[in-house]
This record gives sequence, structure tokens and C-alpha cells, in this order.
Amino acid sequence: MLLLIEQSLNGLQFGLLLFLLAAGLTLVFGIMDLVNLAHGSLYMMGAYFAATFITWTDSFVLGAVLALGAAFLLGVAIELVAVRTLYARDHLDHVLATFGLLLFFNELVRLVWGPAGRTIQLPGILNTSVELLPGLSYPTYRLVVILVGGLVAFGLYWLVARTRTGMRIRAGASDREMVGALGIDIRKLYTLVFGLGAVLAALAGIMAAPITTVSIGMGERILIVAFVVIVIGGIGSIRGAFVAALMVGMIDTVGRAFLPEILRGFMSVPAANTLAPALASMLVYILMALILFLRPQGLFPARSG
Amino acid sequence: MRVTPRLVVYGLFMLALAMVPTLAQVLAEPFLVTLFTRMIILAVAAVSLNLILGYGGMVSFGHAVYLGIGGYTVGILAEHGTTNGFVQWPLAIGISALYATVVGAICLRTRGVYFIMITLAFAQLVYFVGVGLYAYGGDDGLTIYTRSDFAGLIRMSHKPSFYYLCFAILCIEILIIHRIVHSRFGLVIRASKSNDRRANAIGIPTFRYRLAAFVIAGSFCGLAGAMLATQADYISPAVMHWTRSGDLIVSVVLGGMGSLFGPAVGTIVFLLLEEVLSSLTEYWQLVFGPMLLLLVLFAKRGIDGLLPGGDRG
Amino acid sequence: MAEPILATRGLIKRFGGLVATDQIDLDVAAGSVHALIGPNGAGKTTLIGQLSGEIRPDSGSIRLEGRDITAAPVHKRCRLGLARSFQITSIFPDFTARENVAMAVQSRLGHSFRFWRRAKSDPARTGPADALLAEVGLEDRGNMPAAALSHGEHRQLEIAMALATAPRLLLLDEPMAGMGVEESVRMVETLQRLKGRISILLVEHDMDAVFALADRITVLVYGRAIATGTPAEIRANQEVRAAYLGADEEEG
Ligand SMILES: Nc1ncnc2c1ncn2[C@@H]1O[C@H](COP(=O)(O)OP(=O)(O)O)[C@@H](O)[C@H]1O
Ligand SMILES: [Mg+2]
Repeated sequence: MLLLIEQSLNGLQFGLLLFLLAAGLTLVFGIMDLVNLAHGSLYMMGAYFAATFITWTDSFVLGAVLALGAAFLLGVAIELVAVRTLYARDHLDHVLATFGLLLFFNELVRLVWGPAGRTIQLPGILNTSVELLPGLSYPTYRLVVILVGGLVAFGLYWLVARTRTGMRIRAGASDREMVGALGIDIRKLYTLVFGLGAVLAALAGIMAAPITTVSIGMGERILIVAFVVIVIGGIGSIRGAFVAALMVGMIDTVGRAFLPEILRGFMSVPAANTLAPALASMLVYILMALILFLRPQGLFPARSG
Repeated sequence: MRVTPRLVVYGLFMLALAMVPTLAQVLAEPFLVTLFTRMIILAVAAVSLNLILGYGGMVSFGHAVYLGIGGYTVGILAEHGTTNGFVQWPLAIGISALYATVVGAICLRTRGVYFIMITLAFAQLVYFVGVGLYAYGGDDGLTIYTRSDFAGLIRMSHKPSFYYLCFAILCIEILIIHRIVHSRFGLVIRASKSNDRRANAIGIPTFRYRLAAFVIAGSFCGLAGAMLATQADYISPAVMHWTRSGDLIVSVVLGGMGSLFGPAVGTIVFLLLEEVLSSLTEYWQLVFGPMLLLLVLFAKRGIDGLLPGGDRG
Repeated sequence: MAEPILATRGLIKRFGGLVATDQIDLDVAAGSVHALIGPNGAGKTTLIGQLSGEIRPDSGSIRLEGRDITAAPVHKRCRLGLARSFQITSIFPDFTARENVAMAVQSRLGHSFRFWRRAKSDPARTGPADALLAEVGLEDRGNMPAAALSHGEHRQLEIAMALATAPRLLLLDEPMAGMGVEESVRMVETLQRLKGRISILLVEHDMDAVFALADRITVLVYGRAIATGTPAEIRANQEVRAAYLGADEEEG
């Protein structure tokens, strides 16, 4: 029971990280109609920036904030140099061009930071545990991740649903010409939205870094899971992304934790230990296939077509 | 087929491929045969993808999965002592076709970006199945100790013979795709790409034709997988990694979508480019990544579009 | 009265809060030209969409020659004799004009699981296609890419494609929209020639064309069919005059 609670918290934490990544993807798709394979690169770059800035400043928080700023600038630069030229193109072009960007950034990281991974050390206060229930102590840092993730998710919802900027964003999603007629500089809006997506992705990467490690390709594995999230949620829908991210995070984490045990009931221990991680990795895709079979547009279809 | 300058170029290209073993012998560079065998096998995969991507407009981001399915079929059968190629290879095709039918039936209900992401996700699913095949090496892959054997008709371990087998398969595949895209079936696929709604409105149930094309493409790529595993005497989940599917798309677009020979040319140019760039710098993708962007922006019709003359009816 | 070729009962389609078609009961007599008029946004295209099968009605039924087709998919309805043209031109732009029509011909030549024989030069496809191109006056456009044709020619091409499926009932959604005078005259002539042979449900804003062609007219306003009758009856109907004819100069 305690293990289940602990794993559920881990699932929530992973789900919130997924949401940060998926939110940027789904915003960019919903508003600019752009498929961005390089979104995972921003997640990775955020983590690498943080690794460097934390070493330089010797402060976790300061380093992280600087990394977010750098990720924003990087996002804006990518939008201005490359992505902007792609809006008028079809999805295949998006896929190819952003695939190129992804290869570029992986190689760039290898050139600048070297092929070996990095670890990010947590400051002392975060490197502790909190006793949530008798017998259940939970890492403080993971609680902080849940808190930050939850706050950002709420802030994002508020931004999109309640503010003038959000109104523009939603208007941009439904009617580009109308936004133009309202006198909003749509190009600037697009750049900002892309930058915002970059910051969210980087934030997820930075927060994940102390838990996993910082490595080349870290963005790709989670990117595809983020794709699954937005497909399940309904592409373009923030609400759908949120629900689906928590679902996927939960199923993936809890599956990883309990599958080995369940499988050991059927097969030898080494067999179960090798099979379980693969099966756990497959769970979210099976979930996706099921949901899409029933609802090809996802749970919260944001728009038709 | 009218003889156009473009066709002449492609003819010379195929002729050059036919001469590779001879050339390798003259130059005393036997590794050329190995290199080009691999290229030709991946060309078979790219040409198959072109049927659905180039002619059918289906941006499948999971095509490399069939390389794994075909490869593992051969590998697993060999592991259990079945090395008869007449069993292995047709089974590799059959299982690929079966997989394509099931996955296609789900994916083709969706459109556009959903289709891209779902094919990608299914590919990832199968990739993890490969990783989970602990009895067959899991992540580390499976070594194939005995090569497929076609009743002794082909000397499979003789590199030039195997090369010519692969080359012949590529030629036959191109011929079959040529017939298909000009047949009634092929016109339906192309009409569906052009305007699917219209095609349905004139009474053509496009879904089943698109699914059939998806299965044909998957089958050919499954065959390529069997060839690839045979050539390397090895198969691992890495051939199914989603970036390999990306490579196949790159090959098709680089050569020219919806052109008969383009994807074969594209594959070979792509792999040669990789050889050349990576011999120049360890960080070759630093150059290649931006090249992709430029390809998309300035040469959307690929190499085929740069060749003179001839329409692409 | 003989059985109508098309009969709808209680067709309702909502888009969110908006009722785009509201309890539509429509009978199209076999062999007639039945016009559907109404201001922009009245729900005409939505109705055509439900008849052709692209839009699922929320409730109600559709019968074609007595047969319930409410749940049939688009291609099946076409096979049963329902063909349509779209309000916004819908063709295969990268095919030639001949191939556009030939595809429609092919659809009634049985299934297309034919993988080997070259289809483009197949006289079973091109023969009827060329005849239909001639029927709509496009005989010298056969080899041109469809995208290169003029707007008026696109509309004619759509008619030819619809005819190629050997329809019993044609659904035409504003076939004359955006046409010049000369092109409109030509389209009216084309439809006049079809009249009697094929039943037609015609959505059109051009009142001269409607009154020239239609045997009966149904007026749609805000999703409701407010009147149905002969052209003379419709002209005389006070409600229609108030709701629509008084302000019929809308374009779209
Ligand atoms: N897919 C849709 N989603 C939401 N509203 C729609 C949709 N299609 C049409 N409508 C609305 O339904 C009403 C009827 O539209 P339509 O059938 O196109 O009218 P008409 O063809 O008579 O001009 C309009 O108010 C239109 O805005
Ligand atoms: Mg309309």
C-alpha cells in the first residue's frame, strides 16, 4: 500500500513533466499547425544549459533560471531562423526539417559537452526526504517537482483560458486572419508561443535532470511519449494534454514498479526482470492504440481535420 | 515508357549498380560489395515506402519496423534451426503483411499529423517488443549463425552472388511498383492522395485501397528486413529505432517522392553522403541536419526534380 | 404521387448550439429538377452533406428510391446513384481533366484491386470519359492538368465527374457560383440537357437559373424549410418574399 502511494506520487511527478513537454508541442501544433520533432531537443538543451550554469553559479536555482532564459532565447532563435520558414509548408516538410534540427542539436551537444552524460547535484536542502505518512518518506525534490509542475500547469491553463494573451492565442488557433484583422502582429505572437514552448520543455528537462541523467538522446525518448500524450488527449487541446499526461505518467510509472512482481507470478525471476521493463514501456502505446481505436481524434478533439 | 534524359540517367545509375562487384574486383576494394549490398537492401525499403509516401501521401513514420520484423523472423527461425530461405523469407513477408494489416487498419482511420504520430508510436511499441525479446538477445540483438539457404541455388555466402540477388530483388520491386502505380489500383491510391474526399464522393471506398497499399509496402520492407539480417548475420532492435524510419523518409524525399527510381537513388546518395561526411568530420550530422532543412526549403522534389526532362505521370 | 427518388424525414443537424438543419422533410420527385434556395447560412450545404453522407445527421432518415441510406457511407451512396458537386471546387488537381473523369468512370467498373494492367490507356475508362468531357464542352481540355482549367471549366468538370458515376440523382451545390454570364448560360444549357434523364437537387443563388430550370422549389431559412411548391407558388408566397426574395442579392 505504501509502495503504491509512493509510486502514484512518482507517476504524478512524471505525468506533470510530460505535461510540460506536451503542452508546448500541442500549443505549437494547435496555433501554428507545426509538427516539431525538435521539441525534445529543447528539453535536452535545457538540461545541458542547467548542468553548465549550475556549475558556473554554484547555485541550483540561479543556474536553473539562467538555463530557462537561455532556452527561451534558443527557442526564439530557432523560430526566427528555421521554423518560421516552415509554417506555409506541409506536415511532411515539418517532420523532415525538424528531424534535421534534432540531428543537429544532438551532434552539437556531443561537440560542446562531449559524449558522456552529466549529472546534476541537488543542493542540500532538496536532497532530503519528507515523512509523508508513518513509514513513507518521500524525496523532497520530487515533491518540489510536483509542486512546480502543478503550479505551471495551473498557470498555463489560466494563461490560455483567462487572459488577453491567451485569447489571442486561442484566436490564432481558430482564425489567423481574424487575429491579423485585430491588429495583432501574428509573427511576433508565433515567435513568443514557440519561445514559451521552449521554456516549458527546458523546465521539464531541468527538473528531470537530477532524477535521471543529462544525456544525448534524452529528449527523443520522452518526446515520443509526449506525442502519445497529445495524440491521446486530442492534438491542440491543453486540457486533453493535461489529462492524458497524468494518465500516461501514472500507467507508465506504476507499470514499471509492479509489472516485475506480477510477471514473477508466471515465469522465472530473471525472465520476469528482463521482460517487465520492455512490457512496461509498451503499456502507454497499447493504451494509445486502444483509445485511438475507439476515438480516432483523441479524448478532447480540439478541432476537426 | 518514353525515353527521356531522366530515364537515361536512371538507366545509367542501374547499370552502374550492376557493375559494382566487377568494379570492386578491379579496384581491389572488396568492402565496396558489402557497402553496396547494404545500400541496395535499404533502397528496397525506401522504394517500398515510396509507394505509400510518394504515391499515396501517407507519411508513415514507422516504416523501419518492418526491417525488424523481417529480420527477426529470419533470426528467430535460424535460432531454432530453420534455415531454409524458402520458408524464412516468405514468412518474413507474411508476418510483415499481417502486422501492416492490423496497424494500418487502426492508423489509416486517422489523418494528417495523427497518422504521423500514430505510426511513430506503433513503431516504438514494436521496438520495445524487440528490446523485450530476452530469449533472442533483447537489446544486444541476435547473431545469426547459419545463413538462409535457398536449396543451394544461390551461394549466399559468396558476396557478389548475394549482391546480385539483392540487386535483382530491387529491380523486380521497381518493376512491380511501376506496374502498380500505373494500374487502376495505383490510380486510386494517387487519387486518394490528391483529394481523398473527392475519391469517396465518386464512389471509391479509398480506405481499403490505402490499407492494401500499406500492406504491400510493409511486405516489401519486411523482405528488405530479411535481406538485411541475412547480410549482417545479425539483427537487433536498433534497425527499428524511430530515427531509422526517419532515415527512410529522408531517403525517399532526397531521391524524389513519387518518382520510380528516385528513392533508390536517394538511399544511395544518402548513405554515400554519410560515408563522405563522417570521414571528413566526426560531427557529420552537424552538417547533415541543416542540409535537411535546405532540402525541404529549396529542393522539395529531391534529386528527381533536379533531373532534366520527362513528366512524372 | 409516384415514389419520390429522394425522401428525407425529420433531418436534424446541430453544430454546438446552432441548428443547421431543423426537421427537414424533403421529397424530390423522380425525373424532376428540385431547387433548394435560401440565404447564406441557411443550411443548404449542410443538408447536401447529409444527403451525400459526409455529415451524419443527429436524427431523421434519408431514403433513396425507397431504400434507407441514412447510415450508408459516402461511396456506397454514390454506388446507389447519388452523385454530387461541391460548392467549393473539388477535383484531382494534379490529374488531367480526362483522368479526373476517368477515375469516376473507373469507380463503376467494379473494384479497383487491379494491380498490373496499365489503366490510363484503357478504353473502358477513357472512352466514357471522353464522351462525358464532350457532353460538358471540355472535349479539347482532356490532356490539360485539371488545375490549369478556368473556374467555369472546373464546374463543368465536376458535372462530368458526377455524371460518370451514372447517377440517378445529382446533388449540385451552387454550380454557378462565381461564374461569368457566359459560363452560367452554358451551365444552364448543360443542366437543361440533363433534365428529365436524371433527377437533380439544385442549390443555387442565381434566381434566373432556378426559375428557368426548377420544377419545384424548397425555401430554407435558418435551417427550416419554410415553403415548398412550384416556381409560381414560391414567387407568390408572402412568407418567402418577406424572408428571402426581398433580399436575394446576396452572393456566395
Ligand atoms: N462544420 C461546421 N461546424 C460548425 N458550424 C457549421 C459547420 N458547417 C456549417 N456550419 C454552420 O451551419 C450553418 C449552415 O451552413 P451551410 O450549410 O454552409 O449554409 P448554406 O450552404 O445554406 O450557406 C451556418 O451558420 C454555418 O456557419
Ligand atoms: Mg453553402
